[in-house]
Amino acid sequence: MDFLQPVLDGFGVVLAPNNLLYCLLGVLIGMLIGVLPGLGPAATIAILLPLTYGIEPVTAIIMLAGIFYGAQYGGTITSVLLRLPGEASSVVTVFDGYMLAKKGKAGTALGIAAIGSFIGGTIGIIGLTFLAPVVAGFALDFGPPEYAALALLGILLVATISNGSKTKALIAAAFGLLLATVGRDVFTGAERFTFGNLDLADGIDFVPVAMGLFGLGEILYNLEERHRAAKAPAKVANVWPSRADLKQSSGAIGRGSVLGFFLGILPGGGATISSLAAYAMEKKRAKDPSRFGKGAVEGVAGPETANNAAATSSFIPLLTLGIPANATMALMFGALLIQGVTPGPQLVDQHPDLFWGVVNSMYIGNILLLIMSIPLVGIFVKILRVRAAILAPITALITMLGAYTINNSMFDVVLVVVFGIIGYLMKKFGFEPGPLVLAFVLGSLLEANLRRSLLVLNGDLGGFFGRPISATLLVLFVVVAVWPMIQSLLARRKAAAAVDTFKTKENA
Amino acid sequence: MNETANMTSVPAGPDEDLTPEQLAAQWEAEAPPAGGPIANFAAAAVATVLGAAGMVLSLQLGLGTPSQPQPGLWPFVMSLVITVLGLAQLIIGRKGGEGEKFSKLSWLVLFGAATLIGLVALMPVIGFEIPSLLLCFVWMKFLGGESWRSAVLYSVLVVAAFYGIFILGLGTTIPHLF
Repeated sequence: MDFLQPVLDGFGVVLAPNNLLYCLLGVLIGMLIGVLPGLGPAATIAILLPLTYGIEPVTAIIMLAGIFYGAQYGGTITSVLLRLPGEASSVVTVFDGYMLAKKGKAGTALGIAAIGSFIGGTIGIIGLTFLAPVVAGFALDFGPPEYAALALLGILLVATISNGSKTKALIAAAFGLLLATVGRDVFTGAERFTFGNLDLADGIDFVPVAMGLFGLGEILYNLEERHRAAKAPAKVANVWPSRADLKQSSGAIGRGSVLGFFLGILPGGGATISSLAAYAMEKKRAKDPSRFGKGAVEGVAGPETANNAAATSSFIPLLTLGIPANATMALMFGALLIQGVTPGPQLVDQHPDLFWGVVNSMYIGNILLLIMSIPLVGIFVKILRVRAAILAPITALITMLGAYTINNSMFDVVLVVVFGIIGYLMKKFGFEPGPLVLAFVLGSLLEANLRRSLLVLNGDLGGFFGRPISATLLVLFVVVAVWPMIQSLLARRKAAAAVDTFKTKENA
Repeated sequence: MNETANMTSVPAGPDEDLTPEQLAAQWEAEAPPAGGPIANFAAAAVATVLGAAGMVLSLQLGLGTPSQPQPGLWPFVMSLVITVLGLAQLIIGRKGGEGEKFSKLSWLVLFGAATLIGLVALMPVIGFEIPSLLLCFVWMKFLGGESWRSAVLYSVLVVAAFYGIFILGLGTTIPHLF
């Protein structure tokens, strides 16, 4: 039972009253901010990052887990009550969740979503507990070339899977990598792109960038989107789902957990794909598919379970390979780095206490979410009825003052405003901020590993292909990069061929 | 509800009983129109110019050789990628169709951003209270269309709450007047 000992030790840490309290606070505040219309989990976590400063690492991580789960569930609440999905992965929840709310069964929808999220999350964590050490063991032999190749592939995958223009997502990612080079070069000590500014000499911090792009950028964007906000229902009754509802959705919860877990491991939008897949699967399996879209409980249970299972299993690539699979994970990566935890294969072996602390804090966050969400629904409904005009300056001020408290520096606040404006403009011009933040987080790691590899390989770029794992990863990279071009070429040729045959027929 | 919201909100009522397909279609229709060719040109041109500037600055840092890379090598490669992709985007997106058009409501954002810059400029000089109060008031009254009374009342309450939390409660060193 050697394997289980550190797991159990981890629980001992997590269950300390102090840590439980911070987790509770995290869930609560995560839900409070996450429930604000227009602020999805990434924005919520970004805004709340300063909260985790100044507390000791394990406690901070536990609080983060609470914020993470709270923020996820906050998006579900707005989906069900306002028909406003907090993020892509809860879009399908809107269909049946809002219809249930309209029938006066908002409580049932929220309750089922909470229970489903809990079960999906728990199964995800159990899978993570057993799978993560295995993957990490495999990755232990990775050297700088493998890491460099892996980071490149991860960034490329996230950029190409995002919605919208792929070229623009790649430009954003490249900017993220470029931004990460600002400051003193670790290898030579030379100052890069600092323009003589002392504040820039230490490089740009991750937190103001994330708070600006995800947090303030969204707030500014919402200033002109406000007209979309709908009114919350006056009252949410019967929050506990009935036995019949539970029975009806138990199958959907079971299937959603498994589906979500496996799809979530894939990089880029795992949670979104899995919630869509779960909804489609439930609709297909149903005896009477026409109930879907009109308030079917399974239509909430399936996707909500799946997206939470996926959100949890997307921690696997983060914790074992050190590669965040999506924008939210990039935030968690940055937050862990700040706490002195570098996610990667060495984490399980060298810092088992931290690794299992992170994993077990998820159990606690998940359980607290279940306990808190159902009784607190009434409060969230009240918050939703506060006018957006009053909430907007409050969230903006929280972000700005919060940014100041990180380092007691006005420079950080300036950065938040600058990146907030950039984030807004990026959204307007069709650039996803996600790939930028993800690339920024991985930037220094990627550059360091690339340069180390070049030293090891004596400047021979072909050497990357001489090592089986880095060669495989780079081949994958090329395939992913080139595939869309081939696809569009093929499509064009097909269209041209069709035109040709049409013309020859006409001539004949 | 506030004035701006009343002006622009879609008529409620019949859209309440939509099927998922209809709802998706409605979202599609409600979504702001995509940016046109000019927006694409501007975005791609900015990316290209920034990439080119990055290349020039990286060259000044020195590139070195692959076996002995200088600090400028990696930023140079990234700037090159940005420049190439920016030029590609000029062509790929020449018909527009990505992002969102600016609307009349975008002025609200410009105004909002200006108040944020004002807050940053004033905070070190006169503390956070007065600038925050002004920001709250402007956002509530002019950007949000609240009434004078509620804008004044809520602004004061919000700033008092922030003072209580950040200064009295947490004891942070945020520049403050009182």
